[in-house]
Amino acid sequence: MNATVEIRGVGKRYGKVEAVRDVSFDLPAGQSVALVGHNGAGKTTLLKLMLGLAHPTAGVIRVLGENPAAGEFAARLRLGYLPESVSFNPALTGREILSFYARLKREPVPKALALLDRVGLGEASKRRVGTYSKGMRQRLGLAQALIGEPLLLLLDEPTTGLDPALRIGFYEIVEELRDRGATVVLSSHALTEIEERTERVIIMNRGVKTADGSMDELRQIARLPTRIRLRFANGGMRLAQDWLGALAPWRAVDGRSVEIDALPEQKIALLRRAAAEGASVEDIDVVPPTLDQLYAHFLEGQAGAP
Amino acid sequence: MRNIVIIAGKEIQEGMRNRWVLATTILLAVLALTLAFLGSAPTGTVGVGALDVVIVSLSSLTIFLLPLIALLISHDAIVGDMERGTMLLLLSYPVGRGQVLMGKFAGHLAILSFATVLGYGAAAMALGVTGAPIGIESWFAFARMIGSSILLGAVFIAIGYLVSALVQQRGTAAGIAVGIWLLLVLVFDMALLGVLVVDQGRVVSATVLNAVLLLNPTDVYRMFNLAGSANVSAFAGMAGLAGTVMLDGSVLLAALVAWALLPVALASVAFARREL
Repeated sequence: MNATVEIRGVGKRYGKVEAVRDVSFDLPAGQSVALVGHNGAGKTTLLKLMLGLAHPTAGVIRVLGENPAAGEFAARLRLGYLPESVSFNPALTGREILSFYARLKREPVPKALALLDRVGLGEASKRRVGTYSKGMRQRLGLAQALIGEPLLLLLDEPTTGLDPALRIGFYEIVEELRDRGATVVLSSHALTEIEERTERVIIMNRGVKTADGSMDELRQIARLPTRIRLRFANGGMRLAQDWLGALAPWRAVDGRSVEIDALPEQKIALLRRAAAEGASVEDIDVVPPTLDQLYAHFLEGQAGAP
Repeated sequence: MRNIVIIAGKEIQEGMRNRWVLATTILLAVLALTLAFLGSAPTGTVGVGALDVVIVSLSSLTIFLLPLIALLISHDAIVGDMERGTMLLLLSYPVGRGQVLMGKFAGHLAILSFATVLGYGAAAMALGVTGAPIGIESWFAFARMIGSSILLGAVFIAIGYLVSALVQQRGTAAGIAVGIWLLLVLVFDMALLGVLVVDQGRVVSATVLNAVLLLNPTDVYRMFNLAGSANVSAFAGMAGLAGTVMLDGSVLLAALVAWALLPVALASVAFARREL
């Protein structure tokens, strides 16, 4: 089966600004992808290109088998989009707005209204949007993106303004859709929360795709050290200095703990020794590099490149 | 087509909700009723022309008010939705930009028609209730007036869309809309009058004058209503003009329709080329 989204050598320039440069990737069905990059990195432009709201100045895009900018709307019936800082007419109620969008997508209105309960807007949906908090507007935005069981969901900064409980609920909905075979694209700079949720990360920097892969693949490419923290039993510290010193750089945190930045190939050897008899290690914490660190790494790498 | 209806429906719903419809209808009704009763005083009970007098005063009111209302509703339609971010979401749905524009046009025109028919209709009803004798020809002239008023509204809604599709900020759109209103409703006629006085008929012949008047939709509307019917033109003091103005009703009507279609077409082109 064809990929849900195919992007080949796509570029987009606005006047003199090159928002996106020579980007290529495929998104297969049922994959959840994080599009990561700071503001102005080209995330939103990529989403607009996939939606057909902007025309690429170079390259080819196919979304659900169609060229999104060609004015064909069949694909859009199966596409959900949540724009960054979504807004609605404040004079209408949540139900009225959702009914309007359901009609445009040719979906039965009652079925669409059921989504309001799913995103936790239930009673509030009868009130005017003008009275909503930012989180409620965001939930209404998510509800409209879910109309018509989309095969492709494009979510631009979806969790801004949601409190932690709602955020978890939000990701549950996303996972449910993904299990049903939908491709989910999340753009975000809230990196730490995304890494648990997506199989694949695409890092954008100044319009260029800098890295693309699963978190593990990216970690291997980046070769960032894993942070290992060891806590020793009383008096174990002194002994430890002998066998640790040779292996990897380490530093003492307090009288009983040390932190070691271990390269991927040192990791296992280190853990074996720490767990061995006589090492008098009480506790071990292993913290793999976070998406934040990976992100910083890839951005630096690019800044250094010619 | 269905999308146009859906979007028009939403515009009407919004118009009802934010009291646009109510405010416009009440404003037009109050002014029309005032004019109907103040205006019928000079004719007394002698003439059959009570409604004709109302047509004269109402069409003068329309020339000032309806373009203003139409521009107020329409200047925000595209640039406002873009600034608020609602347009981005709407266009990610399976709707064409042309459909969005036509839907809004249909919705706004429906709001304006509703207000005009109800507001002006109230004046005619009131006259009928007071028992003033009204000839069948006057009723026709009145219906023509309402119809052409709505058409004039459509012209200015279209102009408002064109402005809205071209500018980058809402404030700019509002400023340009006010400027267009001043130009077409006040400045154009005064300038034309000045030219005619200075010229004394040497260069500006009747044919040239006709052509120049077609350049301003409010003048087209004025000619259509004030010179269109014999009774009305007598009251309007336009009987003399009606003799020299060679353009007949169908030409004027066609000119108004063209004045509505051209800006909408241009707005549609401008909107289609716009980057989001």
